[in-house]
Amino acid sequence: MVMPMAVRARTITKCFGDVIALDGVDLDVAEGRIHGLVGPNGAGKTTLLGLLLGLAAADSGRLEILGAPQGRAPAGVAGFVDGPGLYPSLTARQNLAALTALRGPDPGAPGIDDVLERVGLIQVADDRTRGFSLGMRQRLGLAAALLARPRLLVLDEPANGLDPSGKRQVHRVLTELARNGTAVVLSSHRMDDVEALCSEVTILATGRVVFSGPLAKLAAENRELDYRLGTSDPDAARRLAADTPGVRVVAGTGLLIVRALTPALDTLVTALVQGGIAVRELTPVVSPLEAAFLELTDQQEAAR
Amino acid sequence: MTATLTPATAVPAAEARAVPVRRVYRFELVKLLSQWRIRLLVLACWIAPALFVAGVSQQSSLPVDTLFGRWMHATGWAGPLVVLGFAGMWALPLLTSVVAGDVFAAEDRLGTWRHLLVAVRSPRRIFAAKALASLTVILLLVTGLAASGIAGGLAFAGNRPLVGLDGHLLAPGDAAGRVLLAWLCVLAPTLALAAVGLLGSVALGRSPMGLLVPVLVALVMQIAQMLPMPVTVRLALPGYAFISWNGLFADPAQLEPLLIGVAVSLVWAVTATALASALFVRRDFTNAVADGSPRRAVLTGVLPLGGLLAATVAVVAATTPASGSGIEQTKVEASVTTAFAHLYVQQTRQLHRPAVTEAQLRASAACTKGADRTGGQGPGNDWRCVVTWHLPGLEATGTAIYQLDITPDGRFMADGDGPKEVNGYFLVHTPHGDTPNPLWQFDGNVELPYPTSKG
Repeated sequence: MVMPMAVRARTITKCFGDVIALDGVDLDVAEGRIHGLVGPNGAGKTTLLGLLLGLAAADSGRLEILGAPQGRAPAGVAGFVDGPGLYPSLTARQNLAALTALRGPDPGAPGIDDVLERVGLIQVADDRTRGFSLGMRQRLGLAAALLARPRLLVLDEPANGLDPSGKRQVHRVLTELARNGTAVVLSSHRMDDVEALCSEVTILATGRVVFSGPLAKLAAENRELDYRLGTSDPDAARRLAADTPGVRVVAGTGLLIVRALTPALDTLVTALVQGGIAVRELTPVVSPLEAAFLELTDQQEAAR
Repeated sequence: MTATLTPATAVPAAEARAVPVRRVYRFELVKLLSQWRIRLLVLACWIAPALFVAGVSQQSSLPVDTLFGRWMHATGWAGPLVVLGFAGMWALPLLTSVVAGDVFAAEDRLGTWRHLLVAVRSPRRIFAAKALASLTVILLLVTGLAASGIAGGLAFAGNRPLVGLDGHLLAPGDAAGRVLLAWLCVLAPTLALAAVGLLGSVALGRSPMGLLVPVLVALVMQIAQMLPMPVTVRLALPGYAFISWNGLFADPAQLEPLLIGVAVSLVWAVTATALASALFVRRDFTNAVADGSPRRAVLTGVLPLGGLLAATVAVVAATTPASGSGIEQTKVEASVTTAFAHLYVQQTRQLHRPAVTEAQLRASAACTKGADRTGGQGPGNDWRCVVTWHLPGLEATGTAIYQLDITPDGRFMADGDGPKEVNGYFLVHTPHGDTPNPLWQFDGNVELPYPTSKG
């Protein structure tokens, strides 16, 4: 089955003066998917999100949003870039009520209390947002976006400032939206946030796409990783590791750090167990996704 | 980095879905009125003038430096005019700067532009709504100042006749109408300042300069009005209506300077608003915040408004027969004569002497400035006038001397310099209490735009 596309971008280019913010960017996001946009600072994430929100037009390229060619202000799109827009002199409820009044009557829209409940802010609904923490502001911004019943939700660094429970809450809201067919595009400079929320990811570096596809594909791409290896007999383990082809000992006396591809690592673990050495810990030093991300973005930065 | 300008290619389909201005306007009003400083300002504007008028009514000293201040015990209609004179100098520039000077910059400070734009989807409508919302709040504040001043005056000094700018007596109903009209006229320069505030707010982004622009402009205009300069420039400044409303209280009313002032102010209001609007819809909101570059502020704000000033000076110079400072000997003499005659009639009535009319007095004045025995022109505190008049049935003519201090804006204060029985300081008993001799000191003005006054 072919999913209808919420976003279809082809060779999008956007410059600010002589700074190239986006350079021939392609992006496909199907409806009902949560798509991560990852990249170091200055990679062009916010610029791309701004284009999706209709804040500006691309200099060149083709951008289709929810099936319509790009106008300056696509309908059915909600979200925020650079932090949610909240007015500190209004309470959480007043902020949302003002927005609802601005949009006009919408019989199908969720109630204000309903969305506050969903993002876990119902207890502070009547507090002025002046005193809100970053995490609370992010969640209120999400609540504001929910009021618009978006078909495409655009969120800039939504995980910033969230504690673990806040993250879970946001996660729950986003997956529920996706289940109902809303496409979600969110940005982050941290791979682990994306890992927790997204099924697919686009990695941007200096305005170019360096990877786009499912997370599993990114993780599976074969590359040598550093692993932390804890055993019952570190010395014997070190000798065995040194003798295993394809495995290099990078560092360590108690805990070993070894660098290897997955098949070589499998061989080493088998050898250890057969040699009567218990394996107590085997973890990648950085997650495979993080490693892939760093490698891809470093290459791109270096190529500049 | 200079801000990049995206061509405002509004797509019709997207425009059609934009939120109606009415709703955006309501949103902007909610935001403005939720701010504590705006609430405090509203409260202050509706209370402070009444308190001030009440305070003056309890004291023996009067704010004689402000026009109509010397009549504050005599009638309740002087109170709102003193408030108006003071508001034109300080309160209105400050109010407009806090409201209009901040209405765009606040979004920069809060980082809420993109949010607002996504919600409303039309920069043009956002601009219109913001301009209308700040206009509403400013109207609310100005109405408060006027209403509070009037209420305080009527409560503490009563609904009594007002002595006009040229000494003639205005019936309470007439005074009421003119007080309201004067406040209405002052809306024009207030709007001009508000528009300059909008422009500053748009052009300078979140830099605090935006907030200061209307205050600075008002201050510069105020200082300019105090300096001796050609009358054509004076009339072409957008703040002139803050002064020329007082022409409403002369008989006949000096409408021309007032209308010129109001017209210039409105042209400024429209031009500055249009500039701000053009600047705003061209703004590129993909950039996080616009801090506003000084170069752009000069290009979009200072240069066009400077051009406007030059153009209005040229138009005023071409259409009014004024020249020089506008203060000339014949005009001063005519003005002093009129005021003296009116006040003499009033004094006669208050002292229960046989009634006379202005026509019977056939008063005239001979004025000189400084050492120049033959005449003079221009502002200064070295004017000296000798007033002569006739009483019916008496051969001898009366003579009285006044020292005049004429400010560059044409206003003067005449100070009686003898004989004491005519223009010295003594108290007169009236049904509403003792008042100083009306001929002792009085205010007046020289109508600037005419080569010679009618009279």
